[in-house]
Amino acid sequence: MADGDGAGAAATGKLAELPSGAEKGLPRRAKASSGRTLNTAQIPLVASHPDVYEPCDDSFALVDALLSDKAQLLTLQPRLCMEVGSGSGYVITSLAIMLRQLGSGAQYLATDINQHAAETTQATLEAHGVHADVIVTDIVSGLDKRLAGMVDVAVVNPPYVPTPVEEVGCKGIASSWAGGLNGRQVIDRILPAVREMLSERGWLYMVALEDNDPSDICHLMSEMGYASRVVLKRCTEEESLYVLKFWRDPHAVSSASPKSSGSESWFSQLPFKSLWHKNS
Amino acid sequence: MRLLTHNMLASNVRGATTGYPLTLEATKWCTKEVELNADFIRGLLPKIDWRALVDATRALGLPELLPEEQPPEEEIFAEGAADVEGSAIRRIHHALLEVHVQEGSLVCPDTSRCFPINKGIPNMMLHEDEV
Repeated sequence: MADGDGAGAAATGKLAELPSGAEKGLPRRAKASSGRTLNTAQIPLVASHPDVYEPCDDSFALVDALLSDKAQLLTLQPRLCMEVGSGSGYVITSLAIMLRQLGSGAQYLATDINQHAAETTQATLEAHGVHADVIVTDIVSGLDKRLAGMVDVAVVNPPYVPTPVEEVGCKGIASSWAGGLNGRQVIDRILPAVREMLSERGWLYMVALEDNDPSDICHLMSEMGYASRVVLKRCTEEESLYVLKFWRDPHAVSSASPKSSGSESWFSQLPFKSLWHKNS
Repeated sequence: MRLLTHNMLASNVRGATTGYPLTLEATKWCTKEVELNADFIRGLLPKIDWRALVDATRALGLPELLPEEQPPEEEIFAEGAADVEGSAIRRIHHALLEVHVQEGSLVCPDTSRCFPINKGIPNMMLHEDEV
């Protein structure tokens, strides 16, 4: 896969099929060969492993969401950024490239439960000249005590696919997608753990599927004092993807209204609309 | 893994009381220069366990890099200190962000459970019966 777009059919094929971010008015992923400044990582060109999830629609949606929030992220001037479940490394590498211009000395951490994924993340980071410390661990285990309250930007593309419960926690690539009941089993473990990591001004970006009941996720987060908004929604042939953003809001708890239900689009009846923050 | 991350990591193995600080044993490490940012160090320093950082540098065979006691902030962040070779802030920056442990292990101080570091990546995963 060394000679660019023509090689590595499986990986680059995925890239080519993707609905481009540009079609949706979002920044286009820069091509390595174009000579323009890279906005995001070029994963298929640098690293892959059979046991590691290749960047796909969900990864691109998350990076496009980060790109669409780039101005706010630059204003935030994060010190510590972290990805939980970094897989190929596409997202954390893209974030580090995107924020490189800050010159603020922002530092990056990435975790993955899969050793191969951690190594692939590292290779991707290195190939793009950025650095994150990569740790093999379950979510944030081992960092939970000392890193609590220090993370300014957390990004998570969780294993969100609804699967039989017993598939959760399987080794290898299954750990990158198997989400158990409603795809929520791992998400519901990640959220409280990542909340503890976030600083007072910290933001969390997370991918979720319609099946995960994002409205419910936002409601649960509002009960814990977090406001939320949908940064990006993208429907592919297979799934409806959301990128949700959460941030601490002292008013979130008091103004959280009871969860609405029904078969209409959940977006139209967001109980947390009133919590949208003009600065975030 | 840089010493910043070592400073943040603890062992969650069953039987550990604090699991911190992890004893660093490095067989291979290197340094990579990065730009110093005083504001970043200023924001980070209150969160750093100085003792653990000093012990980590000694484990790497760098006994002269950091003093036993953390220098006062007015010394660390004195005007122009970042441009002075060997200044406290330069040493702290170097210790936290420029030293990369590539091979070795992290040992839980309470249980002696060993967490390997391979290719710069510490593996903190526990077996089911260790959680």
